[in-house]
Amino acid sequence: MNDKFASWPHRVLAVVTGALRAITHLMLNIPERPMRWAQRVLGGQRIAWLFLTPNLIIFSLFTFLPILINFYYAVTGGVQLWPSERPFIGTENFQKLFACDNYFDYSTCDQDLFWRAIYNSMKFVSIQVVLMVLFSLITALVLNRKIVGRGFFRSVYFFPVLLSPVVVALVWRWILLRDGVLNAIIESMGGEKVLWLLDPSWSFFWVIFVTVWAQMGFYTLILLAGLQAIPRDVYEAAQMDRASPWRTFRKITLPLLMPNMIVVLALALIRAVQTFDEVFVLTGGGPGSATTFLVQYIYNTGFAQQIQRFGLAAAASLVLAVVLFILTMAQLRASRSKIDG
Amino acid sequence: MANRVVQFLTRTRGHGRFHLTDWLTYGYLTIGVFLMFGPVMWLALSSFKTEAALLQFPPPLLPYGPAEAEVEGYDRPLPLYRVEKEDGSETIMAQVRRIGLIAQMVDPDDPGTIVKVNVKKRKRVEEFQLATENYSDLWRQFDFPQYLWNSVFITIVATILTLIFNAMAAFALSKYQFRGRTAVFLFIIGALMIPPTIVLVPTYLVVSGMGLLNSPWGVIWPAIATPTGVFMLRQYMLTIPDDLIDAARMDNASEWRIFWRIVMPLSAPALAVLAIFSVMWRWNEFLWPLIVLNRSEEFTLPLALNAFQGELKTQWNYLLAMTVLTLLPVTFVFAFLQRYITSGIASAGVK
Repeated sequence: MNDKFASWPHRVLAVVTGALRAITHLMLNIPERPMRWAQRVLGGQRIAWLFLTPNLIIFSLFTFLPILINFYYAVTGGVQLWPSERPFIGTENFQKLFACDNYFDYSTCDQDLFWRAIYNSMKFVSIQVVLMVLFSLITALVLNRKIVGRGFFRSVYFFPVLLSPVVVALVWRWILLRDGVLNAIIESMGGEKVLWLLDPSWSFFWVIFVTVWAQMGFYTLILLAGLQAIPRDVYEAAQMDRASPWRTFRKITLPLLMPNMIVVLALALIRAVQTFDEVFVLTGGGPGSATTFLVQYIYNTGFAQQIQRFGLAAAASLVLAVVLFILTMAQLRASRSKIDG
Repeated sequence: MANRVVQFLTRTRGHGRFHLTDWLTYGYLTIGVFLMFGPVMWLALSSFKTEAALLQFPPPLLPYGPAEAEVEGYDRPLPLYRVEKEDGSETIMAQVRRIGLIAQMVDPDDPGTIVKVNVKKRKRVEEFQLATENYSDLWRQFDFPQYLWNSVFITIVATILTLIFNAMAAFALSKYQFRGRTAVFLFIIGALMIPPTIVLVPTYLVVSGMGLLNSPWGVIWPAIATPTGVFMLRQYMLTIPDDLIDAARMDNASEWRIFWRIVMPLSAPALAVLAIFSVMWRWNEFLWPLIVLNRSEEFTLPLALNAFQGELKTQWNYLLAMTVLTLLPVTFVFAFLQRYITSGIASAGVK
């Protein structure tokens, strides 16, 4: 009786390990014969193609083929998804996107939301990336000091990076509600309630704050790795020469950290241009279109609205692709000149 | 001033004395702990509050809620109040109804007589209430088990396939000399430069053309060939000595056996890092599932959360509990495997 109860975890364990062993056994033996045959046919080195096949098929189907189709979508119209049913309309999609009386006033544009999204994205990227790099740098410098519990503090700053963007957005939505804890704190200090996410400027602020909060730890980690790679004796030499801390920072730390800074800057830029998840759940792009960014414009145009304007969405994707291409090239150039120089 | 700030930021050598810069450092770190952990802690605490407690303003820190009592002669439990009597003493009474500034109250021990009390003379009785039903209801009333299963299925299957397919590609690119190797490598690395956000529409076409819309496979297939994964594994496999493989060939092992029995086990550390990342990516993914999965029975947890909060009247008590359950697995993975994660990021810049 007692024996029966004692043994059931063992039995479960035995079943699981048995199943795993069987699966690995099958994975080893089923491809064995076809592989030997392929080896005879292809020869020793060309067998590599067989190993590459699954990956190449997936890359071709879901990355490279879509790039080609994207161009086709951009020059066709209609609401059909299937390419052969879409009428060719040339550059009409682009003309539509770029039809503006005055480029500095998006309300004069045919696709005013597109320009609003571009303007919002530019504003967002320029502020967010600066803050992101700045706070990651400060945090990395602080964590690089001789402190008690560095591992703990490092994980504290890193923790939000692992959270789902949706979770991040909900965590902050809950705080920023009208009757949320932030308003409670403000009221207890004698202030008045603020409708954080219904005010355009405040919601823009919170979008920046929340994305920096969520992603900062990742860049901090890269910068920290760079700081720890700087040899100690360089600092000791600077101390011998009685260099001031500011001078030491400017002449030693910053230049030696530059490669990592460039990586961080580039990754943060490319990521910021593509911001979607957190903002979509936090503000939904609103109030109005105050926090609608480029990727959300693509999503709204192609997928969220009743009439799915795939052509327009594809054309906007190409604009985004051009932006990302320029940024990536700038990064490559910057990192190369850094290595050469 | 600038000197001070920088001194604080760059000093790496600590002496015995507790300097001003140390105060600033620990101040910054303490604020950091509050700012980084605080919001998630607040969410977790709130998820244990009853619906009534969640509506209170200002919100109580701990899950306290209004106390209620069953009173004879009344169908519903009545809220309890601490009432100040005229002689200054206090009793606990239940409120029957409130009309303007007057509340009609009864003593629970004497349900017959109704006493009229000015609303200013009464205060709610609060009691500690752990609303575990926020969690247990999820399993019974909602499709939560379905969402959980969808997320788990996508995460596990995609991770296993990612590991096998990427390791195969990495093996081919690191251990064979064949014509076109460089080209293939560049082809795969080139995919790194193409973020999924710019090919949303055509990838949607491909997936729908394959009949994978509203199917977990529509999320799994596009995700499993990750260029970062191939790159990471290839760099690691380059360090495996060729002699081992040559020795196995001498013993007439097939190439597949070499891959499965020698290269895979030896790449275990790199595979572990990739596995952790893959689990994180798939568990947290949002935009692509949002496009591919439109039927609510196929929703993953992030999609369910998004749909739940978008409803006209958000049921925050369930939403909060569901959010906590969504972040729990990631938190556990982080707690136990953070060394792998941080070293993986620091060395490869993977995310």
